[in-house]
Amino acid sequence: MNKTIFVATAAAAGLVAIGAQAQTLNQVQERGTLNCGVTTGVPGFAEPDANGVWQGFDVAVCRAVAAAVLGDPEAVEFVPTTGKTRFTALASGEIDMLARNTTWTFSRDTDLKFDFVGVNYYDGQGFMVPADLGVSSATELDGATVCIQTGTTTELNLADFFRVNGMSYEPVPIETGAEAVQQYLAGACDVYTTDRSALAAQRAGFENPDDSVILPEVVSKEPLGPLVRHGDSEWADIVRWTLNAMITAEELGVTQDNVEDMAASPGDNPEINRLLGTEGELGAMIGLDADWAKNAIAAVGNYGEVFDTNIGESTAIGLARGLNAQYTDGGLIYSPPFR
Amino acid sequence: MAITEDPGRRSGSGGAFQLSQLINDTRYRSYTFQFIALVLLFLGFGWLINNAINNPVLAQVGIDFGFLQTPAGYDINQQPIPYDSQDTHLRATVIGAINTLIVAFLACITATVFGVFAGVLRLSNNWIVSKLMSIYVEIFRNIPVLIWIIIIFTVAANTFPPISEFRIPRDGSDPDRGLLFGMMAATNQGVFVPRLVFAEQGWLVAIVLLASVAGVFAFRAWARNQLYAHGREVGTLLPTLAILILPAVIAYFALGRPIGVENPEMGRFRFEGGFTLRPSLIALWFALSIYTGAFIAENVRAGILAVSRGQTEAAAALGLRPRRVMSLVVLPQALRVIIPPLISQYLNITKNTSLAIAVGYMDLTGTLGGITLNQTGRALECILLLMLFYLTFSLAISAVMNVYNNAVRLKER
Amino acid sequence: MSDAHAHSVAFVRDTEIPAAPPPTRETGAVKWMRENLFSSVANTVMTIIGVLIAWYLLSGLIPWIVNGTWQGDDIRECREILGDSGGACFAVIRERWPQLLYGFQYPDELRWRPTVAFFLLFVAVPPALFAMFLPRWTLALTALYPFVAYWLIWGGSVLSPVFVAMGIAAGYVVFTRVERRGFVPGLLAAVATAVAVWWLGGFVVEAASGVLALEPVESRAMGGFMLNLILGVVCVSLSLPIGIALALGRQSRLPVVKGFCVVFIEFIRGVPLITLLFVANVVLSYFLPPESNFDLIVRVIIMITAFSSAYIAEVIRGGLAALPKGQYEAADSLGLDYPQAMRLIILPQALKISIPGIVNVAVGLFKDTTLVSVISMFDLVGLIRGPILSSTDWVGVYWELWAAACILFFVVCYGISQYSQWLERQLRTDHR
Repeated sequence: MNKTIFVATAAAAGLVAIGAQAQTLNQVQERGTLNCGVTTGVPGFAEPDANGVWQGFDVAVCRAVAAAVLGDPEAVEFVPTTGKTRFTALASGEIDMLARNTTWTFSRDTDLKFDFVGVNYYDGQGFMVPADLGVSSATELDGATVCIQTGTTTELNLADFFRVNGMSYEPVPIETGAEAVQQYLAGACDVYTTDRSALAAQRAGFENPDDSVILPEVVSKEPLGPLVRHGDSEWADIVRWTLNAMITAEELGVTQDNVEDMAASPGDNPEINRLLGTEGELGAMIGLDADWAKNAIAAVGNYGEVFDTNIGESTAIGLARGLNAQYTDGGLIYSPPFR
Repeated sequence: MAITEDPGRRSGSGGAFQLSQLINDTRYRSYTFQFIALVLLFLGFGWLINNAINNPVLAQVGIDFGFLQTPAGYDINQQPIPYDSQDTHLRATVIGAINTLIVAFLACITATVFGVFAGVLRLSNNWIVSKLMSIYVEIFRNIPVLIWIIIIFTVAANTFPPISEFRIPRDGSDPDRGLLFGMMAATNQGVFVPRLVFAEQGWLVAIVLLASVAGVFAFRAWARNQLYAHGREVGTLLPTLAILILPAVIAYFALGRPIGVENPEMGRFRFEGGFTLRPSLIALWFALSIYTGAFIAENVRAGILAVSRGQTEAAAALGLRPRRVMSLVVLPQALRVIIPPLISQYLNITKNTSLAIAVGYMDLTGTLGGITLNQTGRALECILLLMLFYLTFSLAISAVMNVYNNAVRLKER
Repeated sequence: MSDAHAHSVAFVRDTEIPAAPPPTRETGAVKWMRENLFSSVANTVMTIIGVLIAWYLLSGLIPWIVNGTWQGDDIRECREILGDSGGACFAVIRERWPQLLYGFQYPDELRWRPTVAFFLLFVAVPPALFAMFLPRWTLALTALYPFVAYWLIWGGSVLSPVFVAMGIAAGYVVFTRVERRGFVPGLLAAVATAVAVWWLGGFVVEAASGVLALEPVESRAMGGFMLNLILGVVCVSLSLPIGIALALGRQSRLPVVKGFCVVFIEFIRGVPLITLLFVANVVLSYFLPPESNFDLIVRVIIMITAFSSAYIAEVIRGGLAALPKGQYEAADSLGLDYPQAMRLIILPQALKISIPGIVNVAVGLFKDTTLVSVISMFDLVGLIRGPILSSTDWVGVYWELWAAACILFFVVCYGISQYSQWLERQLRTDHR
């Protein structure tokens, strides 16, 4: 008797489960908020400010998606995740999307069953050393003590780099970025390694930023981007094209300031009109309102604006666009056409 | 607790079985309850497992321990057995397990030392000493161990002399600080001490030393036997030292000094050679010892207070000298009270070593439950193995403890 | 001869000389010091060492505290004010104090609610603890507290906690009525009544969700020391009944029940809390229905409750074992059945013996709530390790923050343990 019940419930639950896979959009709309996984705090990328409001480059992607789906950039529940918890949080449905400095790798995309929807920051792993150590290249680091923030691809890249160059090192794994910096500043490790964007961000916060130098070597490719669960392509499309809308907006000169005007009085650029929903049915194709992209851009601005306000050269973090410039400016940021 | 008046028994024993007996007859009622409990249990577990089977992600990823055989790809700083980033996750797991046991073992010893020290001194009639010990016990007992671990780690990084002061400046002049006795250095990157290097026949000396330790125990047993059986008191101090030291020294020189000492030497960035106590190990070891020491101090104090004063007085009346009173009368009785909670404190230390994750000490939680879990994403499998390890270890210790408890139990009644 | 002697020489004094003060070395501070500090060479050495240690600690600590400043809005301003005095930068505590207490997500204007709930705790707890001094009706305050606190902290309509409370109250009333027909029918009837009330209440709550509604706050917004307190209080209170059930189950003669309890208790006690928190964080959601979407805080409460109930069960088992066998036999000889014997004779005595042990478990558990920082929850420790230390305003300030954390925990834990010792003394006297 037990077994029959078991099988019956199993079958019923199975049906529910299969149904549930394609319903992230419905769930988000029903709930009225987007659950977005972020880091526990990387300055410039995702960090609660003194009032507890999340700010940052990754946070902007969450807000843009919330604006596109729900029409309200504040309707986001930010779920802080660590390196250990981020994938299970996404896999178990606790969060709807993860925008957390996560490197797009083969095994994460395939074996762990996630879908990376794009790249919002092209990064690479670098090294930071005190200037008075007298090191100008990472190949001079044989025998050094290296602080690593655990739970990223950083450890693997580091091991590979030193192995390939036939050097030895003393790894000091640290759980959070803040503590790794604390160890580095105290001199408990000679080198601090993580993504170069994070290095720059943290160096900017030092009392004397000039006492540290970031070495020229980039030892890995770190395409960072938002990701969603495998198997719900509708939801993946929404996140992917929200990101693309931000990128296209920059390319087409649509900004947070002029987006309302452009939407109110359609010009004669058909791509802008399609993007802002004044022409064509693009919104309906992904199950959203016609002005979804307009909402996203009005909420956070285009890709370039988000970059400049959070991590750009005018901020304390001071990152140059570099690889993250539009393809028209020699960078890698490139959105497929809205058509 | 059986109920003597049992209506069900009379009607049930003679007549046919009635369904109501399942509830009212004590003979059957227990079966009814157990059956219901069993069904509920199965339903509960069935529901949980059923959910897991139907989880859309778990269904695709599956449960697979094959990842243990793939290359780990990360480096580990403290390697009790040789390891390389191309070795498997399994080997990294084993290293983590050994590191867990190392720090647990070290912390158990020092915690006992701290605890006994503080427990005895807290009973001292020296006001300052007993107050200092009370302050120590109360402060450490009432603040979470995680905070202590982090604080001590921070202290180690910020108050030990920076290693840069030991480095040879680029102009080739003498460094700011030299090695203590030319062989050890305490820096914020760890404490560097000399290491014993065993040449080919070095192990023979170690074996001789072990044999002498056994010899000491044999000699002491013989001396005690002499005392109890023949009333002859044999001095033990000098012969003990002789048995312990002489054979090993003779063997050492006879084999041509096979054990050497390797001193740490400054390399480009840090000391090379020698033995390194890393800050993470020091923080975890010291924090666990001093925290658990406060608890052990309370156990020790309670144990000593539990021996009634009459016992000491009776022993003194028999003419025993104070040292013998302590060793023959007070200690054996106090230990009976102290040891069971002491063992459970040891278990707590072992379980608390999992907090290593806060300071990056590569114990089992750091390798299997940390980096391996992060890199492979196999959360279910990793956590299952992690729990299995701790569970096995705890149960083994508990079993040993039960045997001991039965052995020392007062044979009364 | 004696007469003559007495008359010739005034040898025998006929008036009492006034008592001279004892020699200085036998009085006051000197005597006290001689006896307590310098009674022997070893003692003197220990005293000197003790004074040196105390001096070393205080000479480092006092200038740091005295020269400290509470001014400045970030680390740079603070350093400017301090100059070279080597004082502490307590400004970080002043600026982040609300965050340390409430986390950074709890809405500013609603912070009075958890504060009120916290102070109500002092009204609600004494009736349970000082049962021997206070009138019995005050226990109703304790019973009411969880619902009031829930309503204050999480907000929402007052109706839902009211109906939950009503369900429990109704169940209790039904239980007292039906109990004379047996414990099991009583329990079943009580559960059925409670569920019925909850079910009916569900409709009412849905229909009138605005009644006395406080602005709802999500569990995820809980943080800081408040989170530690919530986890500690909730988990200890939940684990008490479960712990009692487990302890009784472990003593049961029914092999299935006993086996389950033994396996559960030994399993939980055999693994570190942190692995259970990993389970709550990364594994448990696989074992719950996909759309159930339990909050992380709920999952953590489930696991910590399981953890502490196993430890409390062992304490209570000790209490049960310490009861004289005669109590069990006396209960049997009165013709009480198992539930009656337990409820009326055994448990009241066993629980009384176990109270110090339970308090110890509670203090230990409260300290262990800091482990949730490892699974990215922003409790007091998580908040310091994460957002505060990484903020660019306060980079490099940690001693002050950890000192604040230590003081908060010390005050609470020391208070509880002092109370526990006081209670132990009270219980001991009325035993004799």
